[in-house]
Amino acid sequence: MIGSKVERKEDKKFLTGKGRYTADITLHNQSYAVFIRSPHARAKIKGIDTAKAKKASGVIDVLTGKDLADDKIGGLIAGWKIVSKDGTDMKCPAHPALATDTVNYVGDHVALVIAESLQEAKDAADLVNVDYKVLKAVANTGDAMNAEAIHEGIDKNLCFDWELGDKAKVDEAFSSADKVVEMDIVNNRLVPNAMEPRASIGDYNSSSDELTLYTTSQNPHLSRLVMSAFNALHPEHKFRIVAPDVGGGFGSKIYPYSEDVVIAWAAKRLQRPVKWVCERTESFLSDCHGRDHITKAAVAVKSDGTVTGLKVDTIANLGGYASLFATVTPTYLYGPLVLGLYNIPAAYCNVKAVYTNTAPVDAYRGAGRPEATYLIERIMDKAAKEMGMDRAEFRKKNFIKQFPHQQCLVHNIDSGDYDAHFDKALNLADYAGFEKRKAESAAKGKLRGIGFSTYIEACGIAPSAAVMSLGAGVGLWESAEIRFNPTGNISVFTGTHSHGQGHDTTFAQIVSDKLGVPVENIEIVHGDTDKGPFGMGTYGSRSLAVGGSAISKACDKIVEKGKAVAANMLEAKPEDIEFKDGEFIVPNTNKKKTMGEIAFACYLPGTYGEIKSPLPEGMEPGLKETAFYDPVNFSFPAGSHICEVEIDPTTGETKVDTYTCVDDFGNLINPMIVEGQIHGGLAQGIGQALYENAYYDETGQLVTASYMDYCMPRADNFPEFRIDYTCTPATSNPLGVKGCGEAGAIASPPAVMNAVVDAIGTEVTMPATAEKVWRALKDKKSAQKKAA
Amino acid sequence: MKQFNFHEAKNVKDAVKASSKKSAFLSGGQTLIPSMKLRLSSFDDVINVKNIKDLQGIKVSSKSVTIGAATTHAEVAASKDVKKAIPSLSHLAGMIGDAQVRNKGTLGGSIANNDPSACYPSACIALDATVHTSDRKIEASKFFKGMFETALKKDELVTAVEFKIPESSSYVKIPNPASRYAMVGVYVAKHKKDVICAVTGAQAVVYRCKEIEKELGNNFSSDSLNNLNLDYSEMNSDIHASAEYRASLVLSAAQKAVANCK
Repeated sequence: MIGSKVERKEDKKFLTGKGRYTADITLHNQSYAVFIRSPHARAKIKGIDTAKAKKASGVIDVLTGKDLADDKIGGLIAGWKIVSKDGTDMKCPAHPALATDTVNYVGDHVALVIAESLQEAKDAADLVNVDYKVLKAVANTGDAMNAEAIHEGIDKNLCFDWELGDKAKVDEAFSSADKVVEMDIVNNRLVPNAMEPRASIGDYNSSSDELTLYTTSQNPHLSRLVMSAFNALHPEHKFRIVAPDVGGGFGSKIYPYSEDVVIAWAAKRLQRPVKWVCERTESFLSDCHGRDHITKAAVAVKSDGTVTGLKVDTIANLGGYASLFATVTPTYLYGPLVLGLYNIPAAYCNVKAVYTNTAPVDAYRGAGRPEATYLIERIMDKAAKEMGMDRAEFRKKNFIKQFPHQQCLVHNIDSGDYDAHFDKALNLADYAGFEKRKAESAAKGKLRGIGFSTYIEACGIAPSAAVMSLGAGVGLWESAEIRFNPTGNISVFTGTHSHGQGHDTTFAQIVSDKLGVPVENIEIVHGDTDKGPFGMGTYGSRSLAVGGSAISKACDKIVEKGKAVAANMLEAKPEDIEFKDGEFIVPNTNKKKTMGEIAFACYLPGTYGEIKSPLPEGMEPGLKETAFYDPVNFSFPAGSHICEVEIDPTTGETKVDTYTCVDDFGNLINPMIVEGQIHGGLAQGIGQALYENAYYDETGQLVTASYMDYCMPRADNFPEFRIDYTCTPATSNPLGVKGCGEAGAIASPPAVMNAVVDAIGTEVTMPATAEKVWRALKDKKSAQKKAA
Repeated sequence: MKQFNFHEAKNVKDAVKASSKKSAFLSGGQTLIPSMKLRLSSFDDVINVKNIKDLQGIKVSSKSVTIGAATTHAEVAASKDVKKAIPSLSHLAGMIGDAQVRNKGTLGGSIANNDPSACYPSACIALDATVHTSDRKIEASKFFKGMFETALKKDELVTAVEFKIPESSSYVKIPNPASRYAMVGVYVAKHKKDVICAVTGAQAVVYRCKEIEKELGNNFSSDSLNNLNLDYSEMNSDIHASAEYRASLVLSAAQKAVANCK
């Protein structure tokens, strides 16, 4: 089963419209909620008049931040402590789930209207009168440190000023360099745009004092922990979070939002179910966004093309508040990765994280690693050109060649073969034939360019000891429970969550191979805190490497118990029993028991007539094992991507003509699902490079708050992708897997942009829209005219 | 969406009779319904005209193509008669929105709405069309008044549009990458007497580009536009395209359109 393209078990329900998403759930006596959101980027709330709305038809209640405070519900938290280079802790403002005194971005939560119908809730929302004193907004990443502080006591709007690396060593590398190449890099802000907008339903049972929250979460256990421990919403043992089918998350559904806290609280307060479903523009305004960095970078290069040093100076926009994973994304998920897969002996990375009056920025597919990869791959391209070297050769010259490799910043990379995937990609993309294709394009009046991108990720997030020493508020192990039913089929409980990744199939393949049970007899259960053991959710390409390994470990425990039972039944010693293809065998005899027989026997522990008890004396009955797995290291997927674009100079329009990727994800469990993950990641990464941009105007209004203005890539924007793999198994987990979910989004922006810049011969920022390219060409032409 | 009364009109007279200051005609609903759902507009009465028999169908004569107002874009795109008489018109209809939009949206709805980036208004202008209404016939040149504004009175219903068959014509649309409406759409039609170049998406309302028409009148070739610089003082400017860029797109779309004309 492992390594084969098993069709996704979950597809039938999704493709036939039978998925059950949060919005599909309707509870008895359910009420409907609408959030009143700030129309201003920054304002003081002078007063909220809810009297009229409260009297409107069908209205049950209108709740404000004061009610929330009166009920002593805590605010939202940042879960990863970052320490500034001067030794001070990061500075995070209070983040109440409903604003009390100030609002800090358009879409910030001000009040909740609850009514008998959605219609009535919306009608009443128009009657809530909020008296704002509008203040000057800080909307721009680059301006934040020079602007007025938006949060009291947070000077320069600076959350932290963090550093990583040996500055003195880097200065030395730069002073002895033959060439220094500098570059200004902007990583544009993106809106995650999960197909399913967020939704929450709170349901309180006053008889049992149980609170249930149905919500669109990638991470239900952690949400419950945070909402119990920090928001003081309800004790954990009486609080259940159900994340049913979830239609995509890309990081934006890892953490509990204000809406989760408020809806759960409202249901408890009103003692009836409260349902909220986000609308699309609301989602643009209030989902956490991604990226938004401004960087100055420099590399020190020797005359032979060896890169000896790297300096990075980044301003990262956190938005109006520090969201749960916001502080780790531009630091430990970013800084250590700026080295790419190059053997650079000295590096220094400084990140200043700033608050602005924009939606909070948090993890989005790749989280930090796309920003790091974009930086190193753009500057490597520029450096090669300035050194007069072939861009492919220049990269190869600087690759890490031996493993394990301790990088100069943080990571110890266990395995890889970078030349292997790079050479394979050069072949697959026919790099040798590029000049010919370029001439053919030129004959049609088109400009053709080729761009390379290589990347490394730190996935399998994460070894608990390592991340907690770096400031994480929790360990990032994973759990699994294998429950054999007496009839021999299996329920597998995982603490990870599937919202498009295909866990129902991939995990079943692992269990099938380990225990010899057909895939159709294995049910993967996730997304309900009442069902499985505590787990840490799905993000950071961790589910297979960490969650899959926990499942694998639990399978081993099942086999171990099975051997003891089989030995007893077959009158052999446990250490003599072999387990293979679902059978416990006494070697060199015809004595054997199937997995099913053993499972059945485990549930029939007594002597039955002539048949003696199958269980060894003193053994507990039942067949159920739990395992927690904490990885020993991150896993390090890597790969090489090559993009060719063709540009129409009259309109500036860029067409991605070919896209080639060769990735090393370690072992593949289901290559079809992996390919799907690559496609999705590439779509998002190419989208960032050419189309997507979350644009705030200077007053902090989000101009791109609908699909009329925010450009999502479509299928017709892409060529058929050329996909291949190399494999160096990970040594950090028993499956030898590295993770594949984020790779496409990480590798593709620099591949596309290096191709665009190669085609037009001048710089342009993401997204390289048609007008930007047209203008860059026009400016280049007039500069050339001037020079001549 | 706020509550409203729904009327199913049996015929044109019925529809007009039901209309009031606070009513809207519903045809394909591709703009009306979303704007009502987003609470950008609300009406006391919504009058469905989509099923009125007199508003359906396509008639072709030697000189013109007449399309009923409630004919969907998909029907126009699929019509062999339209394709034969004015291929560019069927091409235009086939590129509006996506399959869902084309299966619901109608010609009458599109021109009555007069979105500045809709495609059909440019066809009406370039093909010297006559708009038939419940009340009268209006020349296309007098129909499109301003942004979302037409010559229609509140209780006046578009019943059909009669397009003149040109000698040759072509529509080139440069879509807004996000919405896929026309960021710029240029419809060039060569008639026996003159050349019309209608432009949508570039200004507040569809217009004839006289600068291009003048060059093409003298010499109907894309090269004749090579040295033209269009005035962009009236052009739309937004995050997707500045006025200057739009002007350049109008020109390159016009050149492509002329090259397509056979």
